[in-house]
Amino acid sequence: MSKRKFWALIGELAAILLFLVYVSPLILVLFNSSKTSGQIILNPISAPSDWGLLWKNIQSVFGNTVVNYGGAFKSSLIITFGSLVFIILFSSMAAWVIVRNKSKFSNFIYYCFIAMMVVPFQVVMYPLVSWFKKMSDVVTIPLFGFSLLRSYPGAIFAYIGFGISMSVFMYCGFIKGIPYEIEEAATIDGCSKVQVFNRIILPMLKPITVTVSILNGIWIWNDFLLPLLILGKGNTIQTIPLTVSNFVGSYVKQWDMILTSTLLAIIPVLIFFLIAQKNIIKGMSEGAVKS
Amino acid sequence: MAQQKKTMNDKKKADRLTYILFLTPAVLAFTLVIAIPFFQGIYYSFTDWDGISKAAPKFVGLINYIDAFKDSRFLYSAQVTLIFGIINFVLVNIVAFGLALLVSSKLKGRDIYRAGFFLPNLIGGIVLGYIWQFIYNSVFPTFPSAWFKTNLFLVNPKLSVWALAITSTWQYAGYIMLIYYTALQNVPNDLLESASLDGATWWQRLTKIIMPMIAPTFTITLFLTLSNSFKQFDVVLSLTNGGPSMLYGGKAINATELLAVNIYNTASVQNNMAIAQAKAVLFFIALAVISFIQTSMTRRKEIES
Repeated sequence: MSKRKFWALIGELAAILLFLVYVSPLILVLFNSSKTSGQIILNPISAPSDWGLLWKNIQSVFGNTVVNYGGAFKSSLIITFGSLVFIILFSSMAAWVIVRNKSKFSNFIYYCFIAMMVVPFQVVMYPLVSWFKKMSDVVTIPLFGFSLLRSYPGAIFAYIGFGISMSVFMYCGFIKGIPYEIEEAATIDGCSKVQVFNRIILPMLKPITVTVSILNGIWIWNDFLLPLLILGKGNTIQTIPLTVSNFVGSYVKQWDMILTSTLLAIIPVLIFFLIAQKNIIKGMSEGAVKS
Repeated sequence: MAQQKKTMNDKKKADRLTYILFLTPAVLAFTLVIAIPFFQGIYYSFTDWDGISKAAPKFVGLINYIDAFKDSRFLYSAQVTLIFGIINFVLVNIVAFGLALLVSSKLKGRDIYRAGFFLPNLIGGIVLGYIWQFIYNSVFPTFPSAWFKTNLFLVNPKLSVWALAITSTWQYAGYIMLIYYTALQNVPNDLLESASLDGATWWQRLTKIIMPMIAPTFTITLFLTLSNSFKQFDVVLSLTNGGPSMLYGGKAINATELLAVNIYNTASVQNNMAIAQAKAVLFFIALAVISFIQTSMTRRKEIES
């Protein structure tokens, strides 16, 4: 028994140590965001002497004319949530009819989605930009008055396309586990197909929808290359990763400013994590096992 | 009777209509965003495509591919991607599995540990890269060992590959840990207890019971980490930007320019769109082959055990 207790203690100590090592980079960001550049060079690992500097540094980041953090936060929110709504809606609809209508065509569509999951972004990205330009010139500008490049609709449309493969795959896996009898009963009671989906299937998809939202949400929120290519440089619409990268580019090795800007990028994510921690961890682990 | 047949037909028609209506948005988005650019991309790799001009690109055969193979920067890039990919693949899985064992044990603070280990996964690669640039440049040299002062991680070409691997492991291991953790939760406890009553050591329980029981999970995690390792882009861009430079076959190249970054630089910096496209196609083929070999190998292991 005492031997077991000894090992439990060792385990606990090892875990605490590992935990500290793991979060130390983030603690260092917080510490050094409350220092001047000179203080950081003098001692980059000490706790700050004056926490008031944190506020001052944050103000200088917000006051910088090169970047617009408030605007970037808004753009990131619009793009992430706009994309999520459509990804969830389109992929759950598609997955449901794919699972419930077993045919060669359904299978073909399903395997197309799966096959494209292996394709790296690098193969598609440059043709995508020129193709979006063509579609804008021929279709979206004359018909709807907006371009797919440097715009919200373009970024959201691109994310729908890239997000849909994995999401359809995950919804298919989940829907296969829903007994068909429930739908049959509803049809006999006079529900149309659309009603069956809206009233019966959609509410049942809630757990997998949480997973799909979290996986896609984290990816879209942090993505860098797609918004760089679709939104472009010097655009008023800039996501947070683009803004941080622009900001850092304008300050060579000025760690007080750079680290404060990364801190500002981390804070929204951290707040979100603290609020939804249980759902995130549950959603991430369940989703991964199903896919 | 005829009436009934008619309603049946109407119903079938309505069902078909729903099928088409429900499938169209997803298929359309998929076709317009991925499928068309994918086939265009393959075609462009055999042409003199420049990315912008409106005139149709001219077919040039295999010239772009030949140019890609003549480019020593690209050859080095392929080599360092393979080295980094293997280091990262091994590191992420060992760390993730170790962490998963830790947080699925009976430790008191396991929920907090789990949240902490997972946290870096929520932060984007670009932001993490800048943070770790600071750590390697400013924090590491303060460590109480002369080695850290003379061996700067982002200056030494060999160490900078490790710098990338450490950072991306720090970011990704928490996610893989969650997958292992979920699998470990499903290993029946009484099985482990009876094994331990029979005198099985911790190591024997781990290798003879736990690992075979979660074999299907390894197929998933190994696939995910493998493709993640070879596709690294964001962290490289913000942490090393491909550097430091070094000599390779008598030419100056960038020590950590992984393939994804090399493709980006070829197109966006050097403006060689068609060559970049050929490199991207080669990258795709290599990834597909490696992923295929890995999944069929782990699948076979799964069946054996």
